[in-house]
Amino acid sequence: MALLEVRDLTVVFQRRGEQPFTAVDGVSFDVEPGQTVGLVGESGCGKSVTSLAIMGLLPKRGATVTGSVKFEDTDLLRLSGNQMRDRRGRDLGMVFQDPLSSLNPVITIGVQVAEVLERHQGMSRKKALTEAAGLLDKVGIPDPNRRISEYPHQLSGGMRQRALIAMALACKPRLLIADEPTTALDVTIQAQILSLLKGLVQDTGTALIMITHDLGVVAGLCDEVNVLYGGRVVERAERHELFAEPRHPYTHGLLASIPRLDAPRGERLMPITGSVSDNIPWDSACAFAPRCPNALDVCREVTPEQEWRGSRLLRCHNPVQPAAAETEEASV
Amino acid sequence: MALGATKKDRIDALAKSSVDDSGVSLAASAWRRLRRNPVFLVGLGITLLFVLVAAISPLIAPHDPSARDLIDQVVKARNEIPPAQPGHPLGGDLQGRDFFSRLLVGSQQTLMVGVLATLFGLTGGLVLGTLAGAIGGWVDSLVMRIVDVMLSIPSLLLAFSIGALFAHPNQFTVIIAVATVQIPIFARLLRGSMLAQRGSDHVLAARSLGVKPGQIVFRHMVPNSLGPVIVQSTLVLATSIIDAAALSFLGLGNPNDAIPEWGQMLGTSQEVLDSHPALSFWPAACIIIVALGFTLMGESLRDALDPKNRR
Ligand SMILES: Nc1ncnc2c1ncn2[C@@H]1O[C@H](COP(=O)(O)OP(=O)(O)OP(=O)(O)O)[C@@H](O)[C@H]1O
Ligand code: SF4
Ligand SMILES: [Mg+2]
Repeated sequence: MALLEVRDLTVVFQRRGEQPFTAVDGVSFDVEPGQTVGLVGESGCGKSVTSLAIMGLLPKRGATVTGSVKFEDTDLLRLSGNQMRDRRGRDLGMVFQDPLSSLNPVITIGVQVAEVLERHQGMSRKKALTEAAGLLDKVGIPDPNRRISEYPHQLSGGMRQRALIAMALACKPRLLIADEPTTALDVTIQAQILSLLKGLVQDTGTALIMITHDLGVVAGLCDEVNVLYGGRVVERAERHELFAEPRHPYTHGLLASIPRLDAPRGERLMPITGSVSDNIPWDSACAFAPRCPNALDVCREVTPEQEWRGSRLLRCHNPVQPAAAETEEASV
Repeated sequence: MALGATKKDRIDALAKSSVDDSGVSLAASAWRRLRRNPVFLVGLGITLLFVLVAAISPLIAPHDPSARDLIDQVVKARNEIPPAQPGHPLGGDLQGRDFFSRLLVGSQQTLMVGVLATLFGLTGGLVLGTLAGAIGGWVDSLVMRIVDVMLSIPSLLLAFSIGALFAHPNQFTVIIAVATVQIPIFARLLRGSMLAQRGSDHVLAARSLGVKPGQIVFRHMVPNSLGPVIVQSTLVLATSIIDAAALSFLGLGNPNDAIPEWGQMLGTSQEVLDSHPALSFWPAACIIIVALGFTLMGESLRDALDPKNRR
């Protein structure tokens, strides 16, 4: 049975005097215990909003969340504020994009880690601080006994992210959501943080939702991948399947835009043309149509529905054909 | 800060500086710039000198400030008061008391009133502003409506109005009047600081760990407001001192003039302003210099905290 079942998750933002804006539009996916699931898509496609909705962290006013988020048979969306607060940090943890601003500048690292333990495990400050040093050690922060009394600005970017990971995993949650945890870091540090995350979730059996716009991250980490476009899942597949044979034109474009070392000389990169601002509403069309090389007339008239094609889920009227993908690449 | 910015704009800008994601130690980077800032150093020097004088004035004052040693040199009818003479460098006042000693000891009252009024104002503003910012909704609307009305009245006028409400003015009614005027300033500052932090990344991260709202407010948000609060307190000390002096000057202060106070000294000297301007000059100069010291210090602290100037 799945650890997390997200069904028809929809988030509508409504600011006073403005048109309602659907940031997440009927997203469904499962996360099995211990599994790593990727949420991929370009900026603004609703990745962060999806994760905040699962965590119950969206503002109460101005954001309407519908659908269901079943975590071990409990619908998180139906929990009261207090009940959800008891679960955050204990059953579900989250790591954010910017490690610097996610730490409180005026509180020492040790106290920030200890706070979670005091909160959920009723530890005394003293015991929690000892435990905190152990946790910092586990995430690879050298000299943890000195570090616990330091402030965030005294740590490097990579160390800060390690500290945040320690906080999120302090109470051994069964699900960790990492929202672009390496985007703000140096390239060399990125790899270290990713392998740390990978090791930690493997050791502890924690399920991980990895949010990223970087398919390289997905390739190294995820078991299953959900590709989001304009607030909807447009393709879902096992990692190997997806990389070997992207079927949705958007996924195809994403993969084609990654420079590959093994690419034949002279092969041009194929970036996806246009930007999110070209999106048209999903109401009676495919939102990707203005940018899609495969677009047909029907794409601007009928909303594509999610359909199973073999073991993968696709939302497209005219998906890239497996063979076509080969010949297209070969002919460039 | 742009010229012509209103009192509210200045408070709001300061409140925003409580969200710091520059990644440097705020205190360290601010100090690095302050250390080389002559304006700050002058302000700091004046302030330290003032506090030192206030602390030791009873010991260094050459005479008892309430003793009428020179009373036989006062001839009211001929408008004569004791001139400067050996042992009395500034002469005596209208009651024949040593003027220099009274100036020195007067610093104590000024410091006490200024500090207490600021503390009370800060406490009141802290409670109101934190409540408004943390709870939001109608509490916020109500508190801020009142605060904004109070802020739109010139502070001195408001202090007079409150001071005049008391039938028997004394040192504490002065403190209450002056403190009340400062409450809306701190309330707006702290509320702005809470709002700025409410959507900040570190508060979101704390929420993602299940930290309770009360702890988020008091352990995560209030400490980040400390910098702006210190800046505002320094500036408020200057206005408190001026407001308190003005109340005493107008007779809304302590009626017992045995304990010297600069505003009151200035007030009683008005009778003889034409013939003996020095009696008015000295207390006025003291008030201005001390207020200037706090203002210089506060303004340079404000600049140092401004995110635009951080490195
Ligand atoms: N609080 C909010 N109020 C209104 N709109 C919002 C709010 N938060 C997010 N949005 C909008 O929802 C959309 C999805 O935002 P989201 O942050 O989920 O994107 P993302 O996929 O995480 O992108 P990025 O890669 O830039 O982080 C965006 O268009 C954004 O402007
Ligand atoms: S539905 Fe049409 S426009 Fe949308 S991705 Fe598929 S082919 Fe392209
Ligand atoms: Mg995001």
